[in-house]
Amino acid sequence: MSETPQKPDTDEISGIETTGHEWDGIKELDNPLPRWWLWIFYASIVYSVIYMVLMPALPALPGMSSGDSDHTRGVIGNSERANVARDLAALDAARADGFSRLEGISIEGIEADPQLLGFVRAAGQSAFGDNCGTCHGMGAQGAIGYPNLNDDVWLWGGSYDDIRTTIRFGIRTEHEQSRYSQMPAFGRDNILSFQEIRDVTDYVLSLAPDAAIENADAVARGRTVYAAQCASCHLADGSGDRAVGAPGLIDHDWLYGGTRDQIITTIERGPFGVMPAWEARLDEGMIDALTAYVYLLGGGESADPAE
Amino acid sequence: MTHNLIPKMVAPGVQRSKAKAVNAAETRELYEKRQQIYPKLAKGKFRLAKWIIMILTLSVYYLVPFLRWDRGADLPDQAVLIDFAGRRFYFFFIEIWPQEVYYISGLLILAALALFLASALFGRVWCGYACPQTVWTDLFITVERLFEGDRNARIKLDRSTWSFNKAWRKIAKHAVWLLIGMGTGGAWILYFHDAFDVLRDFFAGEAPLTAYIFFGLLTFTTYTLAGTMREQVCTYMCPWPRIQAAMTDREAVNVIYRTDRGEPRGAHKKGASWEGRGDCISCRQCVAVCPMGIDIRDGAQLECIQCGLCIDACDDIMRKIDRPTGLITYETDDNVDRFTAGEPPRYRFVRGRTLVYAGALVLVASVMLTGLLNRTELELNALRDRNPNFVRLSDGSVRNGYTIKVINKAHETRHLEFVVEGDPRIQVRVLGADANAPRSLMVASDRTQDFIVYLTLPSDAIDEAREPITFRVIDLSTEEFADAASIIVTGFEL
Repeated sequence: MSETPQKPDTDEISGIETTGHEWDGIKELDNPLPRWWLWIFYASIVYSVIYMVLMPALPALPGMSSGDSDHTRGVIGNSERANVARDLAALDAARADGFSRLEGISIEGIEADPQLLGFVRAAGQSAFGDNCGTCHGMGAQGAIGYPNLNDDVWLWGGSYDDIRTTIRFGIRTEHEQSRYSQMPAFGRDNILSFQEIRDVTDYVLSLAPDAAIENADAVARGRTVYAAQCASCHLADGSGDRAVGAPGLIDHDWLYGGTRDQIITTIERGPFGVMPAWEARLDEGMIDALTAYVYLLGGGESADPAE
Repeated sequence: MTHNLIPKMVAPGVQRSKAKAVNAAETRELYEKRQQIYPKLAKGKFRLAKWIIMILTLSVYYLVPFLRWDRGADLPDQAVLIDFAGRRFYFFFIEIWPQEVYYISGLLILAALALFLASALFGRVWCGYACPQTVWTDLFITVERLFEGDRNARIKLDRSTWSFNKAWRKIAKHAVWLLIGMGTGGAWILYFHDAFDVLRDFFAGEAPLTAYIFFGLLTFTTYTLAGTMREQVCTYMCPWPRIQAAMTDREAVNVIYRTDRGEPRGAHKKGASWEGRGDCISCRQCVAVCPMGIDIRDGAQLECIQCGLCIDACDDIMRKIDRPTGLITYETDDNVDRFTAGEPPRYRFVRGRTLVYAGALVLVASVMLTGLLNRTELELNALRDRNPNFVRLSDGSVRNGYTIKVINKAHETRHLEFVVEGDPRIQVRVLGADANAPRSLMVASDRTQDFIVYLTLPSDAIDEAREPITFRVIDLSTEEFADAASIIVTGFEL
């Protein structure tokens, strides 16, 4: 850049003054700003002043702040926090009707009402994603130690009321109505020897109707161990007992994995899966919606024991 | 600047106007401050045509929202309605859903092709007569003339110092302009809500905020574009004058000054011979009436919107001086050359350019028409759940979940039979279906309804990783049906 010349430099071709700046022989014409541009610029300045008066804008000097804010409040008292609170209240109000209709209604009643069905699926899905998906997966597909909620296998029962109770009071929580049971850590607590655990694993693997028996001796030894240690909860035929949350051992579903090694580990250490009691965290309506959502994932069971 | 307004006689009974073409080609500069144009009122057939078209187009704009069209009980009965809240566009018997917005694109393409064709045939007839910018500017100039008088009176008024007379005329003019602007903005919102309802709500202060915002926007743009910006919109803001050059050719009929007849121009004394001179007496009436501030005698120029007002002005003069009319006229460039060469005129409306435009126009129109005629009123989409991809049940069977979207564009509630085509062993469960009619779906009129469907394949039927299926909904009363293909994922591994 050259030094600014003393006299204003005028471009020969256009007859317009230049700014005096030169880059490799290229000069900049000092054209006035377009009028429309200038007016928008002035309008922006006016707008900014109006904005500063109306809206929270300036860091407040000591003594000028009001309440807990450290800036001017603006004369219209706009507050993003208040806006959020208002929006949330509006959201609650908008949902209130749907939640109130869920009160005391049966799952059949929900299913028969397309509007209510849509409501519980939307509300339930969002609540499930926020609260349940962390463990059960966003699609409720479960993982090792976390039950799949889509299928027809239920530890503590799959009726609408059973699911609702589980969600409300949790599993193995401190709530007095919590689902509670405990499988001993047979290996860690030296209840069974390692050989006995291997034998009972062989026996458990032989329980399924289509199971192939590899080691008949081990299965026979395991049967004795099973009768003594396992049958009280998992029942003699291995069908499980929902009263104590003991899973069936004859289906294709294994909460802690169905390979020989996984079953040995499970027996050795004794699983202690927990789920929080949601009663304290979610309101009744949301628990209703969540229950219906889980029920309608496809695995919900009729409350009628005859079916 | 001279204040001598005394006109000079250029021919018996004809005064030379002092009009200067402020946008004339030779004096035109880039980046110059706009000079006010004071178009004089022209009288003649093109002015008459412009009045009629102005009345017609403004009537269409203001009255169409009030037309009614019966569509049944639950649907709006406004003939032309863009219903953003309900996500529908209604145009008489046509109803367009958001996913069919290509019809709107098609309409825009048709409009563009029609504009091309009109340009190739008759030049800028759209610009000169029907463009909203032209119509509203014309209306605003009429109001201006009403309060401030015609060209000379307006020039005089603007040059005069402020007085009560000047003030009330200016204030009244701007007030009426604003009122027209508000009317324009007011009518705009009628197209987006029920016209009668929103009109009542608007004055009660209960209309949606967007109604007031667009009312304000359209008021502002009408007031500024038609009141204060006028010809600048056409010259600087509108892209069409630039594109226009590519759409027209030497055989398009345009507003043209016939140099063969007019030159050499000059003042004419009473009784003098017309031999050896042109018919143009340099009265500049064509300049005085021009709303664009140009001199048509400079030839074709992008500022010219070809409104024909200079033709009216010139014809008027030609009759006064007893010369044939049509010195400025609708004519082709080609023919002006032919006249100069002493040849008869030739018009070729059917030529390559017009054939291509007309062909494209017919093609697009027939594609759209075919689409509209074959538009199905029943559609089905199936979205398979991906999370989880499939669910294995305790007995070894496999379940897949689907969201079925049934789109019912008919204006009646439909009762549909739901069928899954594929492996006959598939067990179907529709969530929320009536136990007595487990395969019956009900979809309200003009709605999209979602259904959750679970398909279960028994373990003994699983022999592939995935099996194709087809969902079908059948309206038994009309025999319409819609299909959606999908698959069942079984998780089966070889």
